[in-house]
Amino acid sequence: MAIATPSVTGISRRGASRMARHPWIAAAWAAARTPRAAVGLCLACAVVLLAIIGPFVSPSSPDALLTLTFAKPSGQFPLGSDFLGRDVLSRVLNGGWALLLMAASATALGIVAGAAAGISAAYLGGRPDGLIMRTVDVILAFPQLVFALLLVSVLGPRLWLIVLAVGLSHAPQVARVIRSATLDISERDYVKVAELQGMRPRKIMTSEILPNLVSPLTVEAGLRLTYSIVIMAGLSFLGFGQQAPAANWGLMINENLTGLPLNPWAVIVPAALIALLTIGTNTFTDAFARVAIGIDRPPEELALIHELTPRDSR
Amino acid sequence: MTGEVLRLEVSDLQIRVGPSGPDVVSEISFAVPAGEVLGLVGESGSGKTTVALALLGHARRGLRITSGEVRLDGVNLLSLPPGDLRAARGARAAYVPQDPSAALNPALRVGAQIEEALRVHPGVVEDPAARTVDVMREVRLDATPDLLRRYPHQLSGGQQQRVALAMAFCCRPSLIVLDEPTTGLDVSTQRHVLDTVRSLCGLYGVAAVYVSHDLAVVGGLAGEVAVMYAGRIVELGPTSRVFADPIHPYTRRLLAAAPSPDRAEDMTGIEGQPPRPGRRGAGCSFAPRCDFVIDECRVAPPESIAIDGREVRCIRADEIRGPSVPRPTSARPASANQAAALSLRSVSARYGRRPVLSAVDLDVPSESCVAVVGESGSGKTTLARCVAGLHSNWTGRIMFDGTLLEPGLRGRTKETLRQVQYIFQNPYASLNPRKTIGQIVAQPLEQLLGLPFRQRSEQAASALADVSLPADFLDRYPDQLSGGERQRVAIARALVVEPDLLICDEVTSALDVSVQAVIVEQLRRLQRERQLTMIFITHNLALLRSIAETVVVLRDGKVVESGPVDQVLEHPKDPYTAALIEDVPVLAGTAVTQGMTPPGIRRSRSGA
Repeated sequence: MAIATPSVTGISRRGASRMARHPWIAAAWAAARTPRAAVGLCLACAVVLLAIIGPFVSPSSPDALLTLTFAKPSGQFPLGSDFLGRDVLSRVLNGGWALLLMAASATALGIVAGAAAGISAAYLGGRPDGLIMRTVDVILAFPQLVFALLLVSVLGPRLWLIVLAVGLSHAPQVARVIRSATLDISERDYVKVAELQGMRPRKIMTSEILPNLVSPLTVEAGLRLTYSIVIMAGLSFLGFGQQAPAANWGLMINENLTGLPLNPWAVIVPAALIALLTIGTNTFTDAFARVAIGIDRPPEELALIHELTPRDSR
Repeated sequence: MTGEVLRLEVSDLQIRVGPSGPDVVSEISFAVPAGEVLGLVGESGSGKTTVALALLGHARRGLRITSGEVRLDGVNLLSLPPGDLRAARGARAAYVPQDPSAALNPALRVGAQIEEALRVHPGVVEDPAARTVDVMREVRLDATPDLLRRYPHQLSGGQQQRVALAMAFCCRPSLIVLDEPTTGLDVSTQRHVLDTVRSLCGLYGVAAVYVSHDLAVVGGLAGEVAVMYAGRIVELGPTSRVFADPIHPYTRRLLAAAPSPDRAEDMTGIEGQPPRPGRRGAGCSFAPRCDFVIDECRVAPPESIAIDGREVRCIRADEIRGPSVPRPTSARPASANQAAALSLRSVSARYGRRPVLSAVDLDVPSESCVAVVGESGSGKTTLARCVAGLHSNWTGRIMFDGTLLEPGLRGRTKETLRQVQYIFQNPYASLNPRKTIGQIVAQPLEQLLGLPFRQRSEQAASALADVSLPADFLDRYPDQLSGGERQRVAIARALVVEPDLLICDEVTSALDVSVQAVIVEQLRRLQRERQLTMIFITHNLALLRSIAETVVVLRDGKVVESGPVDQVLEHPKDPYTAALIEDVPVLAGTAVTQGMTPPGIRRSRSGA
């Protein structure tokens, strides 16, 4: 899965600002301008903003017992109350950031570990490659959620552990994608040039290869973030995430399921937020990937690139 | 060409980016009679492939054919409804692509593939199977059941291109468009394919348009030639006249840039680069690079002028005819028998189990240039990689400057790495797209010499100046540079550490002729100035006299002949070398120096 480097910059943005010269930033801009990505970006940003600003604008404490259980929405409590009589709106506003933070850290961990493993395996080859990739195969043999559940049920529901478990369960998949992308790049002449200059393997991997993997890494990050959110919410729903009385969207769905006929909003709103967030990140990532590999590039630009690049190097 | 049927008439063809964007090609008009070949030559970005595709009524995604006519046997293809156009493609207008290995369906057997081309046009032939056998015979392939049942990957490159030709000729079309069909082929294979094309076009009265950047190939094949520059035909006329006595300044410069295997000459390249679509300015597109430019040239795009039986798009066509720039001949000093700086003794290399080089002996005298030539697969690149240390699976002895070179890079000291520098074939792959030119050129200084930052940037700037690139390139990224500029950056990167041995691996094969000439001249100058010892790997025999003093011919990993360039080219001892030299298409009668030679294009073997 080698993702071609977008070389839009030289053609359409010559003379643009220094930042925009970086091909992947240009690709992100180009992606953001496609309708698909704009929709995704708006959805994801709205939910993220809500989760970040939420705690500061929440009308009351998320833990205060204020009214009857499963009260219907009213002027004072726009989304009604939950199974203990707490304000659903306040809990929704407070229950996002922890989920997002955990999902983001798990994603970051998975990407860093996976990229390191994938690049080393592909570039070093031989024995390191075998060792890394067989380990990856073993971890891949466990379904992702089961792997996380296993660790958490053995060691107890600690938050850092959950992040670690989810992050590590992402690493093998990232490693596979990055390995194949690196295999392609390792054969490029500029890597040979660096070898001819006596550059150390570690430096070749970080300064010659890594910068050329930004496109696949970004796509992977978006994809893994989507999965992380689902898994984190799922673990909370199953009772393995943050523990009561903490406000958490996943946990809220579980807690308030029994009151679904009385006050459905206590379940629908957190579920909808999780859904919107995952749809948003996924849509944007998809759009970015399509631009990065050139499917959704504007046809005029495509034609110009074609016109100007010698055939041998296309 | 008098009285013959005009098969193809193109008039005033224009293709734009989008409905109202800049034009990619414009004012394209030419005609091809039955049985004739028109050569469409130009460098990359000139729009020749865009025109070629438009002849089949096709425009690439994002491009639009905005005006003009393509009349094939009197019918304008561009006005046909989509269904009729589709029926015409393949049956009446066929296309032969550049790379047959990519154009043939790898999952279809050869026989089925040719038959398919016939079956999608029902009514063209009664018996597709019989026609398949016929047409394969015509392209000189043995239509044995065994061959018909093979898959494309089981054929050689030449055979694949013959299958592609067979598919194009099988419906007996009126027009065949060949888009650089021999670019990836060896000279001998190329010659055979060209002979086939010529004879079939004559036999069936097909009009052919042959797109190429290789002037010598077009010269040997086409009766008429259209030279394209920046989306317009700048000169159109009989090939012999255009090549012997070019009128348009661009045609002159292009011919002066083409290397010649016959004479040792300084090739003169064309500095600068053609303007891109949308940046072509008001006047003549060639004005910024033209030797004959006057103020009037920059006012309006020149109209075509009929002169001496051809059409030339230059307002000064009348005045500037006559004595052209003399092409300086350069006598390469015979190598003064200096001591060998680099010597290889019984070097044998293998890829896995496959032997690539067997017992190669080679001496490179100090401060001279040795060219290593051979067809693809002869092991010439492997030889270079063994010396550089990129390929470590070899046995034998390689001595450089009195020290024995280790097989792999790991065993070599930084000093050795500095002494031996390597320039790669493809400048589009050898520069890291995520680094600035400054970082790229300064990198060896950091790695090999450990210089501090300030000194690195100073030396990088002066290295760029040595290859005639301005200092503001330091902040650019490779994708903002043209191919020639990139290759100059690669040269600067190799020379910045002041090496003693420079290995050039097909450094000009990815470049246009005008750029190739610039690069070769620059390498020569730098080699002389810096007293470099140089190995120049190439498949292009025409370049030899311009760059090297001695030549080594490789075949299947063995040295079949070596000696001074003149001697080997004029009196080859080995039959393989002789065959190789004879198959090189030759651009003869370039009046630039040889006013006395009868104008005309010859192939050295046939002499036709």
